[in-house]
Amino acid sequence: MILDIIVNGLINGSVYALLAIGFSLVMGVARIVNIAHTAFYMTSAYFIYMGFTYLNIPPLLAMLCALPVTVALGLLAYKFFIKPIQEHEAAVLIATIALAMVIQEAFLMVFGGHYLGVPPLVSGYALIFGVKVTWQHLLALGVALAVLIGVRFFLMNTKIGLAIRSTAEDREVANLMGMNVTAVAMWAVAVSIGLAAITGAIVVPLVVLDPHMWMHPLIMMLAIVVLGGLGSIEGSFVGAYIIGFTEALVVFLLPMGSFLKDPVALTIMILVLLIKPEGLFGVVFEEER
Amino acid sequence: MRRLGLFLVILLAGLLVVGTSGPAQAVKPIKIGVAGPMSFTQGEGHWNGATLAAMEINEKGGVMVGGTKRPIELIKVDTNEFISIPDATNAMELAISRHNVDFLVGGFRSEAVLVMQDIAMDNKKIFIGCGAAHPKLCTRVTKDYDRYKYWFRLTPINSTFLGKVVFIQLGTVAAMMKKGLGVKDLSVAIIAEKAAWNEPIVAAAKKFLPKMGMKVAGVWRPSPVAKDVTAELGAIERSKANIIFTSFSASVGIPFAKQYGELKIAAPVVGINVEAQKDGFWKATGGKGNYAMTLNTYAKVKITDLTIPFYEKYLKTFGEAPNYTAGTYDAVYLLAKAAEKAGTINSDAVVKVLEKIKDVSTAGVVVFDKSHDVTWGPGYVTSLGTQWQDGKNMCVWPYKWKGVTYEGTVPIKFAPWVIKRYKK
Repeated sequence: MILDIIVNGLINGSVYALLAIGFSLVMGVARIVNIAHTAFYMTSAYFIYMGFTYLNIPPLLAMLCALPVTVALGLLAYKFFIKPIQEHEAAVLIATIALAMVIQEAFLMVFGGHYLGVPPLVSGYALIFGVKVTWQHLLALGVALAVLIGVRFFLMNTKIGLAIRSTAEDREVANLMGMNVTAVAMWAVAVSIGLAAITGAIVVPLVVLDPHMWMHPLIMMLAIVVLGGLGSIEGSFVGAYIIGFTEALVVFLLPMGSFLKDPVALTIMILVLLIKPEGLFGVVFEEER
Repeated sequence: MRRLGLFLVILLAGLLVVGTSGPAQAVKPIKIGVAGPMSFTQGEGHWNGATLAAMEINEKGGVMVGGTKRPIELIKVDTNEFISIPDATNAMELAISRHNVDFLVGGFRSEAVLVMQDIAMDNKKIFIGCGAAHPKLCTRVTKDYDRYKYWFRLTPINSTFLGKVVFIQLGTVAAMMKKGLGVKDLSVAIIAEKAAWNEPIVAAAKKFLPKMGMKVAGVWRPSPVAKDVTAELGAIERSKANIIFTSFSASVGIPFAKQYGELKIAAPVVGINVEAQKDGFWKATGGKGNYAMTLNTYAKVKITDLTIPFYEKYLKTFGEAPNYTAGTYDAVYLLAKAAEKAGTINSDAVVKVLEKIKDVSTAGVVVFDKSHDVTWGPGYVTSLGTQWQDGKNMCVWPYKWKGVTYEGTVPIKFAPWVIKRYKK
């Protein structure tokens, strides 16, 4: 059972980490609480479904095509909906909620509430120490870890990464030092939406597509970033695995209460906040940045 | 002269009123509100079933009430009950107060239908349920007849009978495992989404499985909208269960079947999986839903003489097979027949006819019991068991059950990996 928990926790945690890091990145750099983040994850998943079902292109190619299209859509949304009100945090929050609802309703209008699916890229399962894990789950885990390493490399070893980190550290000082914070924010948005789109591509063969599929990951992602510390990338990474493992633990230890996996994860977040209000890796309060 | 002018003006106005009141004197349609979550398959089933019935009745001139043939007009009542129960109550209020519907059919989620039922009852509108299974919807009729007598349930059979049927199907699978695969001591994993309608089924499963000579390997209660149940499936496999008993009405049925097939869990699945009743299930699971078995209402088998013509016409008209919410087809016909017999659309008069009706419908012979619930059993409505077999949703039950085998029914098949587990 311990192995089951480890394998399932790793998979859950990696998918959550991809979403939460993208969210934290844009929050740290551009101070945008992007509630529509998981709506872009859903958009990517639907684009893949459309490519596979209506254009008859293979799922892998559909995934590769969906990524740039989703990022482009995200950048357009940023430019026209978010950027004009970027300095008003409450307005941005409300605007991104509205944006997510628009995306949801658009998919509901086109596809209805039907549950749709995309076949796995690889079929079958592997036996890892006696635990059955589908190849698709392992692929998702591998890609998620590779992307996480890639994001770390990008942030730590490139000029743009450095600029993003500096802006996240102190936007005003970065601006005074002559950095084009608007361009950096644009980059951060592109990377963030890109991560959401990749997550969508990773999970689309594993989950059921429906126009409300963005809601649950949004709640979990918010829990993770609050748990890890608002705007902290390391915190999001650690928080994602805590929540991922908690979910797996609940299912295996409380089978009758497996529907409680989300409330339990959220309760852990609340408990951490009661003990450490700034989260695991966060600065004390936003105002003190 | 002025008086004559005034008289002429009044006469002209009178003629105009008479002239323009022509359409108002035309035959008034019977308005039936079709309530359901219209953006979802269940609501589409409600609407499509009712539409087909109304179309057929109107083509024949309408419903003969009090010497006049009145057409049926359907009102779409989008309850959005999957997302919001207040939306469902608002839609019902709107249908009754603004659209002045004469009758109501439909409803899906028991939690929402219980509230929708109250609104219909308070307005003395007959509401034929075609989707919600909770027994309370009908026990209310016996407990407070004067208030709830306007409620009837047509599909599905109530969750107590649903439980009974799935236990019979479970018993059939268990017997096959004992006889065909030589398994002696059977244990059953119960996996049921966390929802109100499921509580009596889970309680009954825990109570009756030991009486049926089977152990309960464990009970798992995922969220109705869980996207990934590999952890639950892993735990079920660890429990070494021989059979998996499912009870799903929501989207969780798809990832369950998909991941069950992907992981080749070596235990046959029997029970309820509403998603597996739909044509889109095969595509949604990428074909991994093979061998998924579920309780069902419709399949291309001859339950009555009406079943196959209805099934084919529905498929031709809407491009998909009917699911149990399409029972609105029978509900609209029942209302039409009852109104014709009562000679009025007055709710109290129609209730009296419906209470005594014995009608051959597409899902069996409909007779309502004292609680206004559809009667279950051989010779009435039995429900079906269907199984996905190589891309086709085949009827597998009743099969030689109390002398009932509907024409077109085939035997249950076990997945090769289930057979492999026992035939080493």
